[in-house]
Amino acid sequence: MLLKRLFPVIGFAALAIAVQLGAGALGKEFYLTQLTMAIYYAIVVMGLCLLMGFAGQVSLGHGAFFAIGGYTSAVLTTSDFSRFQDSLWAAALKRIHVLIPKADLYGGQVLTTTPWAAFVAAMLLTFLIACLIGYPALRLKGHYLAMATLGFCLIVNKIVLGTAWLGAADGISGVPEWNLAGGLVISGRSAVRVQNYYAACALALFLLILLANLVHSRVGRALQAIHDRETAAGAIGINTARYKLNAFVLSALLAAAAGVFLTHYTAGIGPSEASALKSVRYVALAAAGGMSNPWGAALVSTAINFLSLRGWFGTYDNAVFGAVLILIISIAPQGPLKPLGLWIRRLLSGARSAAGGEHAAS
Amino acid sequence: MPLLDVENVSRRFGGLVALDKVAFSVSAGQIKSIIGPNGAGKTTLLNVVSGLLSADTGRIQFRDSRIDGLKSHQIAQGGMSRTFQNPSLFLQMSVLENVMVGRHPRTRCGFAACCLRLPGQIREERRIRESALEHLRFVGLEGMAGAPAGALGFGERRMVELARALATEPSLLLLDEPASGLNNRETADLGELIRRIRERGITTLLVEHDMSLVMDISDDILVLHNGTPLAEGAPAVIQNNEEVIRVYLGTGLEDAAASQKS
Repeated sequence: MLLKRLFPVIGFAALAIAVQLGAGALGKEFYLTQLTMAIYYAIVVMGLCLLMGFAGQVSLGHGAFFAIGGYTSAVLTTSDFSRFQDSLWAAALKRIHVLIPKADLYGGQVLTTTPWAAFVAAMLLTFLIACLIGYPALRLKGHYLAMATLGFCLIVNKIVLGTAWLGAADGISGVPEWNLAGGLVISGRSAVRVQNYYAACALALFLLILLANLVHSRVGRALQAIHDRETAAGAIGINTARYKLNAFVLSALLAAAAGVFLTHYTAGIGPSEASALKSVRYVALAAAGGMSNPWGAALVSTAINFLSLRGWFGTYDNAVFGAVLILIISIAPQGPLKPLGLWIRRLLSGARSAAGGEHAAS
Repeated sequence: MPLLDVENVSRRFGGLVALDKVAFSVSAGQIKSIIGPNGAGKTTLLNVVSGLLSADTGRIQFRDSRIDGLKSHQIAQGGMSRTFQNPSLFLQMSVLENVMVGRHPRTRCGFAACCLRLPGQIREERRIRESALEHLRFVGLEGMAGAPAGALGFGERRMVELARALATEPSLLLLDEPASGLNNRETADLGELIRRIRERGITTLLVEHDMSLVMDISDDILVLHNGTPLAEGAPAVIQNNEEVIRVYLGTGLEDAAASQKS
């Protein structure tokens, strides 16, 4: 039982190390940059797995939550609050190190929010918005959440595109590094590339372990029950609306957290992150990994996003994600990994029985 | 003071009056049956009592508190559990996991405790498993614990659903046609099981067409016809009620039972 739980953890850790060593040996260490980004995107997909594969709800707005996380963090850490210096609240925030004075490019003094405080603010804002959207949509049975989140995503996209202080079409750049703790800095500098790659791997692995714990628990069973038969789940005493809302808010928080990390890593964020196509892309990736299998989804989505970020799909980028979605739904709705595993097992047992047959004949 | 008291409950669907001023009560420890022709409103009544449908008028009292207007999960948490006409198992789960879900209203660990596998959560999980196995044993299916629910036959699904309902530790159990789709042997076993459930102190209210089963196990019977109570009383009284014979039981009990089995 314990071994079964530990196996994917050890496998993922080993894979992460092997990839880093391999990239180093091949002299392609710069691959790790896109891999790190792909891993952050995979965190969005992991959250969607919880929502889609377990609670049985679809969100077409996770790009918007990613953007809310990223933009909140970007705005707070790049804005100068020094004109409020003398106000009471600024002084109070300064005292608890939420606001810190910093030297700007031209030698002047600016007052900005620390990345940690911005992260907390991003999480709180996401929590509020997710509750506001999820509460009415999830009291109903059916696909209302997908519609509500799609509308929400379009609105957020238009707002970031049309708002000057959010950088309009250019987005926000110059987002500072995030000094996480103990010398670990979230930053895209090549000097800390390997460190950042492992930080992203560790974060993803940690979240995967939490998700795996969750799905094999009372809460996970309740979500699955809602997914399977909502009426029966309610008749057993499961508060279906609340469980769906909790799963939705949790997955929105994961998307926003990924947005915060990636924004610090790439030092900026643009409006395309909030586009509906991005949201559909996450849904496609969750489906491609097998919605009820966060491990598979994390793996497949990291791989496909890496290829996309390396420019493999060229101008057909979005078309590839659409094709992946269609293929998965028509060929392997449970995700490709389970059928693949069964196929390999059959192949192995076939080879074994063939070998056994020869042995008997000789 | 009855365990369940239904007063003056009506429910209409558009122009169709499914329930018209229905009143009845169930005392603690009873096995009570609701019978009547198809379309009499039996399942609607069960759905209204268990909170899946709301009543248009009337009041429903359960264990000293009003439950009309409550959501189905609140009623279930209050100690009422039910099964469905078509066994509604969670087919993505194993048999054991299905019954483990039944422990939901009697356990507490939430998202945070489950994510972090806190010590209390691990202990609770173990208790959930043990209790679920016990309930599976009670219906005689502990050997199937690891099987996928989808692999079970119809009769076995019924029993797993019953175990799941019992796992919520109800004081009132609602069964919607528990014998439909079962063969004679399975139906006899079911009757025995319902009696054993009563020995555990659980009150049962069932909707059923199988008259041999109903007459065998019921303490009290409510006959519904066109959404209104036609008669209420002990099996012997109902069997000899001319009105009931005319609209439902017909020429003989054997015929009614036979038509259900065919």
